[in-house]
Amino acid sequence: MSASEMALVAKDVRKTFTRNTGERIEALAGISLQVRSGTLTALVGPDGAGKTTLLRLASGLVLPDSGSLEVIGKDVASHPQDVQNRISYMPQRFGLYEDLSVQENLDLYADLHDVTRERRQEVYPRLFEMTQLGRFKDRPAGKLSGGMKQKLGLACTLVRSPKLLLLDEPTVGVDPLSRRELWEIVFKLVREEKLSVIVSTSYLDEAERCERAVLMHAGQVLDEGKPDEITARAEGCCFLVSDLNGASARSLQARIFSLPGIADAVPEAGRVRVVSKSATQELSVELDGVRLQAEAVKPRFEDAFMILFDRIMSDQRRAADPLGSNQTSNGTETVIEVRDLVRTFGDFTAVDHVSFDVRRGEVYGLLGPNGAGKSTTFKMLCGLLPATGGTLKVAGANLLTAGAKARQKLGYVAQKFSLYGQLTIDENLEFFASAYGLRGNDKKDRIRTLKQQLELDQFSGLPSGQLPGGFKQRLALAAALLHRPEILFLDEATSGADPLARRQFWGRITALSESGVTIIVTTHFMEEAEYCDRIIILDAGKNLAEGTPVDIRALAETNDDAAPTMDQAFIAIVEKERGKRKETAG
Amino acid sequence: MSGQDGTRRFAVLRRIRALVRKESWQLLRDPSSIGIGIVMPIALLILFGYGINLDVKNVPVVIVMEDDSAAARGIASAFELSDYFSAMPVKTMAQARDMLMSARANAIVRVPSDFSRSLELGNAQVQVIVNGADSNTARISLGYAQGAVSVWAQKEAARSGNSVGLITVESRLWFNEANDSTYFLVPGLIVLVMTLIGSMLTALVMAREWERGTFEALFVTPVNSFEILLGKTVPYFLLGLAGLALCIAGSKLLFGVPLRGSLAILTVVSMLYLLVALGLGLVISSATKNQFIASQVTMLVTFLPAMMLSGFMYDPRSMPFAVQAITYIFPARYFVKLLQTLFLAGNIWSVILPNAAVLAGMAVALLALSVRLTRKRIA
Repeated sequence: MSASEMALVAKDVRKTFTRNTGERIEALAGISLQVRSGTLTALVGPDGAGKTTLLRLASGLVLPDSGSLEVIGKDVASHPQDVQNRISYMPQRFGLYEDLSVQENLDLYADLHDVTRERRQEVYPRLFEMTQLGRFKDRPAGKLSGGMKQKLGLACTLVRSPKLLLLDEPTVGVDPLSRRELWEIVFKLVREEKLSVIVSTSYLDEAERCERAVLMHAGQVLDEGKPDEITARAEGCCFLVSDLNGASARSLQARIFSLPGIADAVPEAGRVRVVSKSATQELSVELDGVRLQAEAVKPRFEDAFMILFDRIMSDQRRAADPLGSNQTSNGTETVIEVRDLVRTFGDFTAVDHVSFDVRRGEVYGLLGPNGAGKSTTFKMLCGLLPATGGTLKVAGANLLTAGAKARQKLGYVAQKFSLYGQLTIDENLEFFASAYGLRGNDKKDRIRTLKQQLELDQFSGLPSGQLPGGFKQRLALAAALLHRPEILFLDEATSGADPLARRQFWGRITALSESGVTIIVTTHFMEEAEYCDRIIILDAGKNLAEGTPVDIRALAETNDDAAPTMDQAFIAIVEKERGKRKETAG
Repeated sequence: MSGQDGTRRFAVLRRIRALVRKESWQLLRDPSSIGIGIVMPIALLILFGYGINLDVKNVPVVIVMEDDSAAARGIASAFELSDYFSAMPVKTMAQARDMLMSARANAIVRVPSDFSRSLELGNAQVQVIVNGADSNTARISLGYAQGAVSVWAQKEAARSGNSVGLITVESRLWFNEANDSTYFLVPGLIVLVMTLIGSMLTALVMAREWERGTFEALFVTPVNSFEILLGKTVPYFLLGLAGLALCIAGSKLLFGVPLRGSLAILTVVSMLYLLVALGLGLVISSATKNQFIASQVTMLVTFLPAMMLSGFMYDPRSMPFAVQAITYIFPARYFVKLLQTLFLAGNIWSVILPNAAVLAGMAVALLALSVRLTRKRIA
């Protein structure tokens, strides 16, 4: 195979960064990798695996400490400009100028790449058609939704055909519909233009659809190959447990997950999908002396991924200590009551007559595409925003008018890291504990317990702004739990988190709900909806569907597709409703 | 080969044009840039021109006429006719004291009943009482009062042909005969405006790109760092010139400040200073990569020295030696010297050439440093 067929060749590439604290982080620990031209390759791995660093090195933005890295046949370290002239790169925080319009952003990149006028006339209509941004040509990029921004970012990299396209987590924080549209564009480019694409992602279903997948961990390549080949390694390991003995899928999953010999367990349509560490004829899992009935199922890419990571990280993931007190008081008591909730901003109706109830100890999911009204609903529930109409009661009170006492009953984890980046973990917890009115020994105990349960001890002295992503999330959770809230609000708390971190996170949430804490979540990961007792799907401020994950899936069942995934179900429901709306409008 | 070179050269120009255009759009759409570039010069002009006035004029003064002679009336009229005082004649000292206490007057001039008699004897006295709460104004008022009296005494002596025994005090300022501080302050404003536009705005916009991660995408294109810097510099350079034009027009039209040197030289040295300020802004933002820190550093390194240490408000010669030495580090000092010379004195080459040379040197050094610092690397 000649070198020209290779889009990227890495030989023992190393890169170490030094933190402000003097700590050295080995981002890439001797990566060797070959990526063939004309293929779509996915980089997957947990936070801190080195995916972003590798992409930055490939685009000449960061120099390697040692080793060699050739991109499209050029050594990047010595000829960065040559490489940068020919490739395109879309950073995680897409490089859009928010005060420039969609068209102006495109023009800027077309000018920088010296795209001729004739070529523009050919490319622009195609890009606008692909991204459906044509209607928004004159809108400032800053006023686009998250999904549209990502599409515009992608369009900017495609104003001319790059020799290699590098995409760094292009779908973080993007709803399933926009995510699917974005991927359709990428697939089309690879198919029709034989474009070479390297994309990093934390969505395993995305990696599964690429031609090649590179699994990274701690700056090294763990495994590499066609996704089916990697998936095949989980052959004979995957089972579905349908008889739950009356337990909820979520709590059963949490218990199975912590058993030895098990690599993964996730709730799936009211059942539990179990992955054993090694292939076996029959799953032998006993809980409370009862052997669980399980049928073998076909493996998925995610199963293989979890097996692989279980081998290196098994000691780290069995953590799900119970977080709350153990008084179980799940019941029928309604703690959140929302009736005909309406919120308008000028002419725009963000939330349009939404009603639902949440019972004590339930995990309740608010799902919907970007701009569906989830965040607005969330803010009203937390008492941060007055409702235009309707009633809402949280823990028996309207939080907007009720005093601090009612607010004491709830905890909130925001989408963005909203603690103090310059303060250490201890200082942050200390501050929030005082803000919640904890004092003396109670305060000390609470901080110590939470730090221990969430395994934050190892970073006690590090400014929290410098924590790895997953730890920031844990710290935010710890801060929200200090005052033992009855209701916990989680706003896209796992956005951008890798599969392992998400499992740990949900293990903790499950434990919390079992101790009687009511949990309201929003998420873009549809498989996370499986952890919820009930979910509501919103779009354009309206309630499209509500029920258990099984109910929701059933809504989307068709003759062609008897067992849609949660993702497919979600997309089907939203599209059906949007279709209806168009008809009535037209 | 040459044909390819030709198209490549045009590609460079097209890239620079694209960057300049992008920067101009951002600038025009960002209300804060317009605020700093256009609104602020006007606001400062009005504030410094009308509001802050280091002169003392129309000091309300009560004249207590205890004597009614022609000589006494002459003294009173010396105050009444002066621009510096607005005189209010009263009969008794008690009335005058009341007015001073109630702040209706700032000073009392008492012409005693024996004034004309003692004038003939050669030992006439006029009592001046000044409200000392504002020591600066008080001192100046006192000086004016003395001046007014001695001017009258001089005239009196010339008329009568013999000395009246009072010392003549002549207080007179060069270049600012009217002792009008507007003449002095308004040209200095140009320094502030140029510093804010040149350093503060550019430091902020560069740091913003680092913060928002837009550089990460921009770097992976054929542009080089020189082109990026040029794209940033050109629009702010033009904005700075607009600010300059506003200041010059405003000082001329609103306050009648004379421009004794040539407008062309003024424009050239202002451009030089603008380049220095731009260079500083670019260097600071490349080094900090953070809007907040960049603005703080710019404030400390450029704006405050331009205000305090440049000679704009306070004369460096009256500063302690160590502080005087420090003022030489800051480019604003050289620019203020140039501005004051050009506005109030004229084209004095012995002042213009050395100061302009220092600015030119600084501009070259800082711009070169900023190109070196802005590498297409993110870590």
